Amino acid sequence: MSGFNIMEDKLSNAQIAWRAAQDIGDGSYVNLGIGFPEMIARFQPEGRNVTYHTENGVLGFGKAPAEGDEDWDLINAGKKAITLKPGASFFHHADSFAMVRGGHLDLAVLGAYQVAQNGDLANWRVGSKSVPAVGGAMDLVHGAKRVAVVTDHVTRDGAPKLVESCTFPLTGLGCVTRVYSSLAVVDIVDGKFVLREKLPQIPMDALQAVTGARLHSEGQVGDLIVPADI
Amino acid sequence: MNKLCPDLVAAVADIPDGATVMIGGFGGSGAPVELLHALIDRFRATGHPARLTIVNNNAGNGGIGIAAMIRAGMVAKVICSFPRSSNAEAFNEKYLAGEIELELVPQGTLAERIRAAGAGIPAFYTPTSYGTELAEGKPAEEFDGRMYVRERWLKADFALIKGQQGDTVGNLTYRMAARNFNPLMAMAADRTIAQVSRLGEPGCIDPQQVITPGIFVDTIVEVPEPQQEEVLVRMGVVY
Repeated sequence: MSGFNIMEDKLSNAQIAWRAAQDIGDGSYVNLGIGFPEMIARFQPEGRNVTYHTENGVLGFGKAPAEGDEDWDLINAGKKAITLKPGASFFHHADSFAMVRGGHLDLAVLGAYQVAQNGDLANWRVGSKSVPAVGGAMDLVHGAKRVAVVTDHVTRDGAPKLVESCTFPLTGLGCVTRVYSSLAVVDIVDGKFVLREKLPQIPMDALQAVTGARLHSEGQVGDLIVPADI
Repeated sequence: MNKLCPDLVAAVADIPDGATVMIGGFGGSGAPVELLHALIDRFRATGHPARLTIVNNNAGNGGIGIAAMIRAGMVAKVICSFPRSSNAEAFNEKYLAGEIELELVPQGTLAERIRAAGAGIPAFYTPTSYGTELAEGKPAEEFDGRMYVRERWLKADFALIKGQQGDTVGNLTYRMAARNFNPLMAMAADRTIAQVSRLGEPGCIDPQQVITPGIFVDTIVEVPEPQQEEVLVRMGVVY
């Protein structure tokens, strides 16, 4: 082996977010899921105009306000205070989810417990012990032109999160189109994982060993290179 | 036709035991806190209304509003999308003790079920939840090569909502993202009770700015400078 340690040499969440941000085109309408996916907005490349949607009825919001300047009637779906950009709009919840299911968003990005090679996503609960809560996750996976996942490639215990089929309760069937992981960028095409980029340091067999289903390649696999200082 | 109600006590006086009550708001914004607290006052004084079914996106936060209703023991069931908030101890304790029923509904489906009820549409098909445990037992059908789940309308006996500007014929505006579920719930209940920060005569709202037309509102009560749920939760207020 090359001495690559997947727990130490993998990308940080910020670096995964940076990579995902590079694919968001100028003029896109985007919903970023609560938590980790929200970080993507920080890395939006200069010169691109991206309009962010939040489930609770705001289109065109910007950064968080300074502490003390919060207006708690102006929040996102994560219940965090936000600010508005010029051109923003408010709407009720039925219109908000019409934007989601109706195919009006270019991209939705979510977190994942597991993603299967056929695009199934499990990201809302892992067991039956706690209080179940689904929020907008089951809606967000349907309708956006692209549904991407940002995630560690493996769990804390080292188990693959990219799997043949999900064992956790499903959020949606066949919905994910691309995965940005801590080791690779993987597309889901015709029920298969297609490897687009991988960290240059990790050998192919080592990447396959921590992936729960076969990684296919179509042509050349690119190098996954992100700034080291983020 | 004057829908003006003089005070909060009178506004919530007719809600009976066992009623299904929609409550506007999402997270800490848009909740009709004063109407909810008036309802709690009535329950503490009279034991009614009890065994309520509450419809909201969440299941209460901190010790006020819906959380305080749950603690007071007047809620039998919650229909919501996201009960597991960071300050949802009131619901969590009752749920884990088996003392409150939960119907979990994906957020967009919850919104559309409420809208459908208000629009007279008994059922509709949505891609949301197809193939998941939340679709178990529901009819599914293929349209243009994709599978969809049939969902039913969701009606209520009462809706308690919060607007910003209102007039005595029931027209309403909303403040920023405090709009959320409020306009939908106003349509879906047999009787909609709205609290507003400012109340005026007909004509005080530019017709082009009306969000909820007065036909959807039955009772309106003025609550100047209303309390904001998120602020109360952050202050640790317990009602």
